[in-house]
Amino acid sequence: MNLFKTTAAALLMTSGLVVSAQAEGLSGTLKIFSDMSNPAPRAAMEGMAERFGALHPDLTVEVTVIDREAYKTQIRNFLTADAPDVANWYAANRMKPYVDAGLFEDISDLWASPELADLTSTKGAMTLDGKQWGVPYTYYQWGVYYRADIYNELGLSEPATFDEMKSNCQAIIESGRKCYTIGTKNYWTAGGWFDYLNMRTNGYDYHSSLLAGEIAWSDDGVKQTFANWRELLDMGAFVDNHTAYSWQESLPFMVQGDAAAILMGNFAVAPLRDAGLDDSKLDFYQFPAINSAVALAEDAPTDTFHIPANAQNKEAARAFLKFVVSADNQTLINNGANLGQLPVNAKSSVDDDKFLQEGFVMLSSNSPGGVAQFFDRDAPAQMAKIAMEGLQEFMVKPDNLDKILARLDRAAKRIYK
Amino acid sequence: MSSPTKARTQRSWYKRNEIAVTPWLFLAPGVVAFLLYVIFPIFQSINISFYEWDGLGEAYWVGLSNYEELYWDDAFYVSLRNNLIWLVLYLLAIPAGLAIALFLNQTVTGIRLYKSLFFFPFVISQVVVGLVFSWFYDPSFGLLNQILGVVGLGPINVLGDERFVTYGIIAAGIWPQTAYCMILYLTGLNAVDPEQIEAARLDGAKGLRMLWHVIIPQLKPATFIAFVVTIIGALRSFDLISIMTGGGPFGESRVLSFYMFEVALSEYGFRMGYGAAIAVVLFLIMLCFIAYFLYSMYQDDKGGR
Repeated sequence: MNLFKTTAAALLMTSGLVVSAQAEGLSGTLKIFSDMSNPAPRAAMEGMAERFGALHPDLTVEVTVIDREAYKTQIRNFLTADAPDVANWYAANRMKPYVDAGLFEDISDLWASPELADLTSTKGAMTLDGKQWGVPYTYYQWGVYYRADIYNELGLSEPATFDEMKSNCQAIIESGRKCYTIGTKNYWTAGGWFDYLNMRTNGYDYHSSLLAGEIAWSDDGVKQTFANWRELLDMGAFVDNHTAYSWQESLPFMVQGDAAAILMGNFAVAPLRDAGLDDSKLDFYQFPAINSAVALAEDAPTDTFHIPANAQNKEAARAFLKFVVSADNQTLINNGANLGQLPVNAKSSVDDDKFLQEGFVMLSSNSPGGVAQFFDRDAPAQMAKIAMEGLQEFMVKPDNLDKILARLDRAAKRIYK
Repeated sequence: MSSPTKARTQRSWYKRNEIAVTPWLFLAPGVVAFLLYVIFPIFQSINISFYEWDGLGEAYWVGLSNYEELYWDDAFYVSLRNNLIWLVLYLLAIPAGLAIALFLNQTVTGIRLYKSLFFFPFVISQVVVGLVFSWFYDPSFGLLNQILGVVGLGPINVLGDERFVTYGIIAAGIWPQTAYCMILYLTGLNAVDPEQIEAARLDGAKGLRMLWHVIIPQLKPATFIAFVVTIIGALRSFDLISIMTGGGPFGESRVLSFYMFEVALSEYGFRMGYGAAIAVVLFLIMLCFIAYFLYSMYQDDKGGR
């Protein structure tokens, strides 16, 4: 009897030891809310959670995938009411409302750790008020994706200057096609054009001051940007009726050869390939220089992971963020079979997909002016909305420009106070 | 001695007031829900409209400045104008519904099938109606422009052109609404007194005169309900706009309810105070109709007694 008791006690003790050892590992539940709802990103997210779970056998990893568009409005509710331990979001100004409301955890300590030393290039986009509020997991380049076969047929080459861009476009129009397809039913497509035209006309610093509300929309620099844009509009460079199409609906024009190019993020490559454009027909070039006095700058939106301030299992959440940005995981989730985008860790390798390679080189060596996030991520949400609406209106009715700019200035006065 | 008397008086309070109290007891759950989910939120919205609030942080008292901003806001007037267009044009569903109901109010083989086919658009979701019409209007492959092409007219970008967009969406909305009015009139026609028709026929009335002087007066209850649901439908027009255009192009197809949603609850919104101010304006517009409906229902009630 006595012997039995001691054995039992010893067993209890050992099991107690085991438990405490596991607590130093990770235990409990890690709840992840993700907006990676498209098939490929979803698989990448689930694979990532599975591998992280395998590293920590006592931790239950629960992933809830929410539709990407619905997520944008739901995040406000779940951050306050029923916070997960890890949540997806976007970098730069798009995270400001949640940072200001104290709903994202300050993870500057994590950024100070050696595991994140290789992420320095994206640190700026994750910093607000001198602190870091999340980690990036992927980013992608923007640029002009064009029909190489049409360019060859017309004897055109990738333009490096605005004049070449216009003369190419003239040749394309004369061949009975449109130069660019665009679907402004998604207002942000026009935001992309403005980003590039303004960064090329006035430079990165001017552009970011404008979106930060330090420069008026009626400024002469902005007017010059719109004047450049108007040259393209007056040529008839864009497809007709673009207000009726979403960006996906604008792709068939390019697939059918009615339009020669699109200014878009790298995510357009997958649907274009699926529609039958192989690498001999589809190619990429950096948006050409307009004003030779300003340095080239690019848009490269960064998608992120954050820890909500109300999270239950912050220890596991921090471990997960470290895992997400680790070099191996970055290589894996951003490869062609998964996200097909660029890894954020400098030690990761970029997939040998030609667009990713080209984009990576462009962003790392040919974007001296700086890297912007995107129109609706750099500007405050309200300003972005009203401005992108104005951009769409300008594309349809360029004569309304003064009215539009006056309206934006009025809105800016209220929004940036 | 005293305790049974007390018990009797206690028991008898309810007994004495039973007739007065019981209706209130039955009404209580409904009244509580109505107060909690309808009346209270109205006052809450009015209250929020005096604040600047992003739904997360501190709310700041700004007095009437949200309303002042509405006064200067072009987008607000565009929405208001579209609301009025909706109100007026949506009413076309009533005569259209009446016409179809008269047409279908006959005994032919398979009439039930025809009735169901005409009723079909009301059964399918507004989202589907919106999608079907956006394909119909599509400038490159849509049926509308194919037909126009045959006649030799250029393609019209209905949903992408600020001049046509609201009318295009209203046309899509009238389709199911007509079906709704039709079914209301079909039931109404069942209740038309055959003796009066007989009498009118003997007096030599037929065709439009018969319709106008004999049938339509008897359809008054159906017309009233059709009017109510159509007005409310027009003011609630949200889903079609959201599906077909998302308020675009450049906000020209917005109505007040959509603008409120965009300002307060959409991806780029979260100005709860401003959204509430729009909601209050929309409420005041609806209040005119609600007051009229209540008044005429009250009059009918009085007349009926």
